[in-house]
Amino acid sequence: MLTKRVIPCMDVKDGRVVKGVNFVNLRDAGDPIELARAYDEQKADEVIFLDITATSDDRATTVDLASHASAELHLPYCVGGGFRSVADIRTMIAAGADKVSVNSAAVANPQLITDAALAFGTQAILCAIDAKAVPGNPNKWEVYVAGGRKNTGIDAIEWAREAARRGAGEILLTSMDRDGSRDGFDCALTRAVARAVDIPVIASGGVGKLEHFAEGIIEGEADAVLAASVFHFGELTVRQVKESMRAAGIPVRL
Amino acid sequence: MIVIVDYHKGNLLSVERGLAGAGAAVRVTDDAALIRAADAVVLPGVGAFADAAASMEALGQMDAVREAVAAGAPFLGICLGMHLMFEEGLEHAPEGGPNPRGLGFIPGCVGALPRTDSEGRAYKVPHVGWNSVEFGEPSPLFAGIAPSEFFYFTHSFIAPPSAATIAETTHSVTFPCAVQVPGAPVFGVQFHPEKSSDAGAQLLANFATIAREARGV
Repeated sequence: MLTKRVIPCMDVKDGRVVKGVNFVNLRDAGDPIELARAYDEQKADEVIFLDITATSDDRATTVDLASHASAELHLPYCVGGGFRSVADIRTMIAAGADKVSVNSAAVANPQLITDAALAFGTQAILCAIDAKAVPGNPNKWEVYVAGGRKNTGIDAIEWAREAARRGAGEILLTSMDRDGSRDGFDCALTRAVARAVDIPVIASGGVGKLEHFAEGIIEGEADAVLAASVFHFGELTVRQVKESMRAAGIPVRL
Repeated sequence: MIVIVDYHKGNLLSVERGLAGAGAAVRVTDDAALIRAADAVVLPGVGAFADAAASMEALGQMDAVREAVAAGAPFLGICLGMHLMFEEGLEHAPEGGPNPRGLGFIPGCVGALPRTDSEGRAYKVPHVGWNSVEFGEPSPLFAGIAPSEFFYFTHSFIAPPSAATIAETTHSVTFPCAVQVPGAPVFGVQFHPEKSSDAGAQLLANFATIAREARGV
């Protein structure tokens, strides 16, 4: 049976993990490869490196990171952030990334998903969606871009459907309302998207405690759950998370 | 020397490092002459069936791989590389045919993974993530690997059942996730051993051992 995935996500700038990392027994906690290795040992199912570098000059560092990662890691990884064109994506795939995630650029130009899926295969293209609830309407969410700063007015569920139709292999769904809140995933949003598309959905945004992960799978009907700070700060290990998911009856790899 | 076939569709570094990590002498090449003379051949999985098959034909690699295997070289196809061991495949096949041809080591056609099971329940495709691999008879490819061990999968197409099936996995349907041409050191796996942590490293080491024992490499 296919297991549900647990995915630590690292924000990377100039080749270094940003946001505090508080890990014991790690030689260099700012090194994304070193951190990913530690997550591999904890049985993370894959990792995501989110490139938050602003300028294209600095992106060369992230391409270097991808090629180191493919040489050093024995688990799948995705690189996200800042891809504008098929050429950008090609550079990252050629460097060894198993998958890339596209976000704002795909909203501006949905053809990017179509072209990238055709060039690199559906399994290589994640569509990241940052969604925020519409006040007063509990079953409607809109897509935000530019790191969550700009509302596009696009319906998140419709956009997820279109991304899947255009060849995205997975949806990486972040609730802007819950991100950083530690209140748990927005399970209503996650479930709405998971039911709307026939591709896997990764729930993201809001994890604060152990039981939130199982909620994302059971109530949110997600195929995978993503978290960052609870792992980086050493509050929870991937193994603890998976043990609690298993106790909740969810199939996991341990 | 184990030769990894480069058909110009992606990065092969993790496969290369995985085999080199097992102590094998490895070379990544697109050169048909080197492939033909290889002690063992690994065909990785990047892209879609039709595109990869066309690229391999254009580079003279199809016949080179067939000749190497006919001369006794152990072979391992990974993901799409396993699909290419079959006669034909439907992925990116032209409407109205003909279907693109594979290496033809195993009879049958590679088709789409169904999105529903026999009772009509919906399943997400692509099949992405870690799934358990069930093998019956012990195989040297799975030496030292526990039954029901997890491996990383990412695919939307599946191989047909055949006498070559040595392991299976279940998503919407139960499908072959490892094959061996009966009686020959010619293997394929649907999952990605190079992305499958310790169990994957063990499988690559097992293939390196098979190659070493067969060809002294």
